[in-house]
Amino acid sequence: MTTTMVPDFLPVLPEIFLGLAAMALLMVGAFRGEQSASLVTWLSVAALVVAMALVVEVGGGRKIALEGMFIIDGFGAFMKILVIGGSALAVLLAHDYNRRRGIARFEYPVLILLSTTGMMMMISAHDFIALYLALELQNLALYVVTSFDRDSRRSTEAGLKYFVLGALASGMLLFGISLIYGFTGTTDFESLQHAVQGGDAAHSIGIVFGIVFIVVGLAFKASAVPFHMWTPDVYEGAPTPVTALLSVAPKVAAIALFVRVMLDPFHGLTSEWWQVIWVISVASMILGSFAAIAQRNIKRLMAYSSIGHVGYALIGLAVGTDAGVSGILIYMAIYVVMNVGTFGAILCMRRDGKMVEEISDLAGLARTRPGLAAAIGVFMFSLAGVPPLAGFLGKLYIFLAAIDARFYGLAVIGVVTSVVGAYYYLRIVKVMFFDEPAPAFDRPAGPVLGTVLTVCALLVLLFFIYPAPVADGAKAAAATLFAG
Amino acid sequence: MHDLPWLSLTTFVPTLGAVWLMFLRGDAERVASQARFIALWTSLITFVLSLWIWALFDPTTADFQFVERSQWIPQYHISYHMGIDGISLFFVLLSTFLTPICVIASWLSIKARVREYMMAFLILETLMVGMFCALDFVVFYMFFEGVLIPMFLIIGIWGGPRRVYAAFKFFLYTFLGSVLMLLAILQVYVVTSSFDIPTALTYDSFPATMQTWMWLAFFASFAVKVPMWPVHTWLPDAHVEAPTAGSVILAGVLLKMGGYGFLRFSLPMLPLATAQFTPLVYGLSVIAIIYTSLVALAQQDMKKLIAYSSVAHMGIVTMGIFTVTSEGLQGAMFQMLSHGVVSAALFLCVGVVYDRLHTREIARYGGLVHNMPKYAFCFMVFSLASIGLPGTSGFVGEFLALIGAFGRNTTVAFLATIGMILSAAYMLYLYRRIIFEKITKDDVRAMLDLHWREVLVFAPMLVVVLWMGIYPNSFLKPMQATLARVMDRVSHATASNADAAKAIELAQH
Repeated sequence: MTTTMVPDFLPVLPEIFLGLAAMALLMVGAFRGEQSASLVTWLSVAALVVAMALVVEVGGGRKIALEGMFIIDGFGAFMKILVIGGSALAVLLAHDYNRRRGIARFEYPVLILLSTTGMMMMISAHDFIALYLALELQNLALYVVTSFDRDSRRSTEAGLKYFVLGALASGMLLFGISLIYGFTGTTDFESLQHAVQGGDAAHSIGIVFGIVFIVVGLAFKASAVPFHMWTPDVYEGAPTPVTALLSVAPKVAAIALFVRVMLDPFHGLTSEWWQVIWVISVASMILGSFAAIAQRNIKRLMAYSSIGHVGYALIGLAVGTDAGVSGILIYMAIYVVMNVGTFGAILCMRRDGKMVEEISDLAGLARTRPGLAAAIGVFMFSLAGVPPLAGFLGKLYIFLAAIDARFYGLAVIGVVTSVVGAYYYLRIVKVMFFDEPAPAFDRPAGPVLGTVLTVCALLVLLFFIYPAPVADGAKAAAATLFAG
Repeated sequence: MHDLPWLSLTTFVPTLGAVWLMFLRGDAERVASQARFIALWTSLITFVLSLWIWALFDPTTADFQFVERSQWIPQYHISYHMGIDGISLFFVLLSTFLTPICVIASWLSIKARVREYMMAFLILETLMVGMFCALDFVVFYMFFEGVLIPMFLIIGIWGGPRRVYAAFKFFLYTFLGSVLMLLAILQVYVVTSSFDIPTALTYDSFPATMQTWMWLAFFASFAVKVPMWPVHTWLPDAHVEAPTAGSVILAGVLLKMGGYGFLRFSLPMLPLATAQFTPLVYGLSVIAIIYTSLVALAQQDMKKLIAYSSVAHMGIVTMGIFTVTSEGLQGAMFQMLSHGVVSAALFLCVGVVYDRLHTREIARYGGLVHNMPKYAFCFMVFSLASIGLPGTSGFVGEFLALIGAFGRNTTVAFLATIGMILSAAYMLYLYRRIIFEKITKDDVRAMLDLHWREVLVFAPMLVVVLWMGIYPNSFLKPMQATLARVMDRVSHATASNADAAKAIELAQH
């Protein structure tokens, strides 16, 4: 007699909750019509908060569930909290904006919830099939929100571009997965880990090819050079709150996935793949810092900035040690706050009811809006990595890991490009503080936006006073990744 | 009385003042005048606190005093660790001494965004003092780099016509140097598994090749800060464009951060590399002393002239430090302190006439002795101190540094002496063109002599310059024990290295 075993759903509880919440909110929206946008927005923020609480509740103990498809550990919990936080902030940022643009529809928060569910499952994926499904769930929702401003040509163009290139990258990823499956006979991370550890077969050229294709797909999702081409156009074209989301949550999820894939199933092959990551990291840092210099549109500038920051985070992966991973975790946590804050500030750039996006529009902001200028100044110095702001501490741990593992070349290139990068961040400070004022922006910015902006600025400014909890969490979380 | 956190108080009282300024409300005129007074009082209180530290300082020991320590980021062994010794004591005093002077000197010459200006200076004071007190590498680096932010804003917002260019050049130059130092600091952590500075200073087994690379990384940062030839080019630009008080802090304190770095880190921590690179530093110092003196001679802009003279004077400092003799080290320290006061005073002298005529072109002046006798007197004393006339602070430092150099390398000392002759030439030439000769221009004739507020600025600086010149012992005594220990470490390390080399040679035979 066989008894049907009910799988252990507890580890998947946050994802299940969020998925159900998305469907329930879709019902609410469908039945109450267009005017429910505001209600759905707030409910989805609440759902995200609950999901975050559930992630904390489920905890960071390493556990593999759903027949090896799904893993929870401290690393995943840390990244999930970042992703949920980034998504929730992006939903909040969109609230006033969408209403003003006349695109306040209830689908927007629902799509973000679905996408967040996908991201969380990506982070917890323990099998390439699960990984691929989660990635596509995330992507499809993101393609739609990118072209959410459907009357705008730029927005739809951005969505289309994102979709076409994203599909290509997914194809690459899938091809890599099939190669891996072909040469090892499994897609399960744990079996893969054993498979690549044993003997000559492990180092077969087929597996290395597979890994390269997987890296291509993941590098596209993380917008690392040379697969970054979509980033500036999509960032510029997408509605600004969506750009804020794109620059935060999917990026964290992609980096998390990157780390998980390289250090879990392919940990035994570190000697084969670290050069690839090294090159990607260096190229991203160099391109991110040099290409941003010529930008006039602040959203494009932030796109290149995010490419550069991915490069820094990947240093931690190229190093491949737990110090490197905990550096990545701290870096991404700080990065989320800096970026949400910066995009919050960009959302304040509104003149005569229209959004403006040129850097020159910020001219003399220190005189017309000293508070806003100070906040942007804090974000810019932090993105440049100038102490004592939070961005510096992020870089500190990354470079510490690099030096510790004797990746001196990577560390030197990293710090030198960060000086180049400092130039364009400083240029924004210069425009705001040194130039003669342009006409003032519209007031008020909106209470939600103002709060998000203030909180982010204070976090970035004062993080150095008590960074121990984040450092502690990251260190513990990184250790769980290497425990398995 | 040792149980109060004196160093933290001195460091963060200015920040409190800055936070207070942030909350001022009301119409612009009132906020501006309140901001001036709050900034003045805050900086004066800070100065008194630092005097108190001097009074309590025990000059007989080379150890760190007033030590404060608490956990900060325990996961990475980073702690909030503060303390001072004979090297840092006077730099703290110099910072707290110059800040109130800057506040008074900018009393009326700064009219736009007074509150932000005063906030920038108070924050800058916190960062400077904190940098000299920090005994943890991360704390040190945060203060060291943090200085760039307020200084960038001070040059960029309140500076002259080419301020944007100067601010960027200043920031990027120093930032590039510092990030390389950051890597060396991380290497220290990897080797000693601690960011603690005293631990690193007494750590004996950095391998020789590693020392070379680390020394170069530290050098990248400190050489830019000092600044040494050929990376000095940011300095004239920054000085010319910065507002007067910005130049004062730049010349008075920020340049000293480089010399302080050499004394604090390069020498005791990396003694082998120090010995190895001494010829390089000698060479660069001598070039700086002679070349920039010649450049100074050709300047048409007062501030630029003094800026180049700073490079030359700091050349004597780096030369003195790397002689690693007791005279050389004391001379370099003393020269830094003296230069901190004298060059600051000279920039203030330029500021005085700039406020009246709004030009720094030397040819626009002439004959000021007739209508500005008090000014002529102050300018004369500071010029002579800059030249190094006996009885002024400049003499003691240069003399000691040269004695140290003579003991090690007579050629270097000889060439440096030529530089001193040149310094007399360009300073006296400057003085003649501005102060003497007949007044030919009507606007110059209409210039008024020093206002009482300006007298208030110059008086304490005159006193200090003469005090340091006449009785240098009150300044030399507290630093002697610490400098002796630095010297011991270098000579001990090089000696034991030579022994080791000899032993290997013997073993091979």
